[in-house]
Amino acid sequence: MSTENVSYTSAEAEFDDSIDDEFDPYSGSYDTTEGRVYTVSGGDWDTISAAPEGEKDRIVVNMGPQHPSTHGVLRLILEIDGETVTEARCGIGYLHTGIEKNMEFRSFVQGVTYVTRMDYLTPMFNETAYCLAVEKALDVTEQVPERASVIRVMMMELNRIASHLVALATGGMELGALTAMEFGFRERELVLDIFEMVSGLRMNHAYIRPGGVAQDLPEDGVQKIRETVPLLRKRLKDTVDLLVDNSIWMGRTVGVGYLDLTGCMALGITGPILRATGLPHDLRKSQPYCGYENYEFEVCTETTNDVYGRFLIRIREMEQSLRIVEQCLDRIKPGPVMIEDKKIAWPAQLSIGSDGQGNSPEHIKEIMSESMEALIHHFKLVTEGFRVPAGQVYSAVESPKGELGCQLVSSGGTRPYRVHFREPSFNNLQSVAVMSEGSMIADVIAAVASIDPVMGGVDR
Amino acid sequence: MSEPSVPAVPEGVRELDVIGVRHGAFGASGSGDTSGFGGLVEPIVLPAPAIRPFGGWYDEITDEIELSIADRGVPATDAIEKVVIWRDEITYHVRREHLLNFATALRDEPGLRFEICLGVSGVHYPHETGREFHAVYLFLSITHNCRIRVEVSVPEDDAHIPSIVAVYPMNDWHERETWDMFGIIFDGHPALTRILMPDDWPGHPQRKDYPLGGIPVEYKGGTIPPPDQRRSYH
Amino acid sequence: MGLEELPGGVLLTTVEKVAGYARKGSLWPATFGLACCAIEMMAAGGPRFDIARYGMEVFRASPRQADLMIVAGRVSQKMAPVLRQIYDQMPGPKWVIAMGVCASSGGMFNNYAIVQGVDHVVPVDIYLPGCPPRPEMLFDAILKLHQQIQDTKLGSHRREEIRELEAVALTAPTTLELKGLMR
Repeated sequence: MSTENVSYTSAEAEFDDSIDDEFDPYSGSYDTTEGRVYTVSGGDWDTISAAPEGEKDRIVVNMGPQHPSTHGVLRLILEIDGETVTEARCGIGYLHTGIEKNMEFRSFVQGVTYVTRMDYLTPMFNETAYCLAVEKALDVTEQVPERASVIRVMMMELNRIASHLVALATGGMELGALTAMEFGFRERELVLDIFEMVSGLRMNHAYIRPGGVAQDLPEDGVQKIRETVPLLRKRLKDTVDLLVDNSIWMGRTVGVGYLDLTGCMALGITGPILRATGLPHDLRKSQPYCGYENYEFEVCTETTNDVYGRFLIRIREMEQSLRIVEQCLDRIKPGPVMIEDKKIAWPAQLSIGSDGQGNSPEHIKEIMSESMEALIHHFKLVTEGFRVPAGQVYSAVESPKGELGCQLVSSGGTRPYRVHFREPSFNNLQSVAVMSEGSMIADVIAAVASIDPVMGGVDR
Repeated sequence: MSEPSVPAVPEGVRELDVIGVRHGAFGASGSGDTSGFGGLVEPIVLPAPAIRPFGGWYDEITDEIELSIADRGVPATDAIEKVVIWRDEITYHVRREHLLNFATALRDEPGLRFEICLGVSGVHYPHETGREFHAVYLFLSITHNCRIRVEVSVPEDDAHIPSIVAVYPMNDWHERETWDMFGIIFDGHPALTRILMPDDWPGHPQRKDYPLGGIPVEYKGGTIPPPDQRRSYH
Repeated sequence: MGLEELPGGVLLTTVEKVAGYARKGSLWPATFGLACCAIEMMAAGGPRFDIARYGMEVFRASPRQADLMIVAGRVSQKMAPVLRQIYDQMPGPKWVIAMGVCASSGGMFNNYAIVQGVDHVVPVDIYLPGCPPRPEMLFDAILKLHQQIQDTKLGSHRREEIRELEAVALTAPTTLELKGLMR
């Protein structure tokens, strides 16, 4: 897929002598005994589309899909006039994976492993949105045990911290602040350690499943998380000291990527960008899920509508998330982590057996020697999966990027009929043009970094 | 394992929304199944339309909507085919000719004020002849803190829906994605081109008659067919 | 009269060792992070896992200055030509690590949108499975690649090696025909 090259017509020109009389874009061609020799000097946009009246130079720059600063495989097509960007367009689809179609052939629990890889920086939010939709369709939302809900909230808030850290880290890297990148990834390792302890994986954990969570916290889990929270708070201060009130950082970000409330409402923007305009819209407060109404936290807003404001919001949201995690640790009580209904609950708790494999010896003992019913349930749930009544539901969570929604259509079977994700990054990327036209090329990068798109979610 | 039984027909509803029939519990056939589940035949029925009064806030919203579109010169029964309420969510099935008026009313009326359209997505029901493609719009009102869903059904051979980008500019890329994945043409869209697939890709991938496109996985002596051709439960 | 044209023998072996040592000493990767594996690749560049100890912390944005392309993530149909273009723009000697199952074989996405293994598009030296592979696994792959680079033969030794490999490959059974070894 050539981006800026003219389509080659040399094959036809070889047999068509009349082209000699017309304008030949391949300047300098001559005949030899072995055929025609062309000197290819590259294409000119003038031969494809004439420049508009009065314009002399039209430079179209392609910040291609492979680029260190475009936050993933995003193609930015910029028409520039000197250093000023006159038109900016996004080319997306370079990471389209067909996840939604693939999920139509997998059971509902297997769908979690697909969904988790969409927005790969916020796997917990993807999983929660999907599981909330499945539970809503099953009409078992109240039966999800409280401990599972508290664990979900805790994991989501930790994931919010991890995602904002990557946003700051990569945003800093794109703007040249490489130390911010090292800080961000160092802090993120602390959060990933917790994820690894709880679910076994650093990323793309298929941890939150319909009906609860896949396995309970380990015995020292709460203690470890309690120790990590103050450490995170202290380390966060390093990033704050580096970037907040830093005149170079502020010079790059204040007044850049301006998008006020009217613009946000026109483009349907949610998340930190909307909150930077002053509107305190947060789904955790307005339409709480998973018990969010029981936690005390603030919705962070700024009124500057620019990249700096969004950056400050992300830092303050991280602090609020730490507050919520502490409240979760206080609130958590012993109990089941999976729904009681054995026809829906995922049968086994993951664990590491004595031979290093993932079989849980207690569970095997139960299904092989103690309960025939448990064996049947295990077999049917793993091979067939549970059935969800026919109908469609939509459930949304407040992901670090905005409103992440899952539209689930079920036809009464064991596989979803159609799953569609309303990804915040997909929607928010439409604002690149509005934010960057009229500014300089460097500001485009700052604007995109402040939108924080994750291309896995954009393209799905 | 309880199979979902066909729901009882509510009073006053003349027909149920049957979108297909499920033949057999397994996807593939000819696999030597002796359980008998392979011969199961059951209809796939979506939730039945709701009858007034709905109860709760649904009545108020529906009244507002009906009044607003009546103000714009369209009687409510023309625009709204049916209303479905399921799992605390309300869905208005709107006829495509009146979609633009409907959307304008949703955005402008002070009692409705649905500022954000969360996007449009398609669903393909190949067995529902005459209404194969459904375009599902989701709306969120920040002022009134409520959500509704609008669904427009179009036949496969005439898959045109008026674009609401003029009213809700945020729908731009969502409509492009629905065109790309399903082939629903949005009339009036400024630039309806492919967005997720390469620009010259033939076909519309998320339709039900488009194959998943996987390849069989081979390893020492064994082959596993791709997910859509395996024997698996429906 | 370049490096490749020395006569075979002890001298060439010494040159191979020195060239291999120099080439593996600071492999510069080209940024080709696509999806989740890219985040683990960035974490490998972070302070805890520190890819800089191998001299590889400079992820060159321009492929013309890079020698290693770590294809990290799922390659979609739209991205495949771009991948090939970047590979072609890299000057030799160049190596490719397919990081993650999606790059090695299409991974869990066996569908219309993903290229089932990046070796359909570029020649791969090391396949690294994992979803995503931990940074330590990435280092294992890099160290194995270092070993491979160290052992690369040059000139006439290389031509002989190619002849031997070709002879073996022409008579080898396909993976599907190998039986009884499912483990």
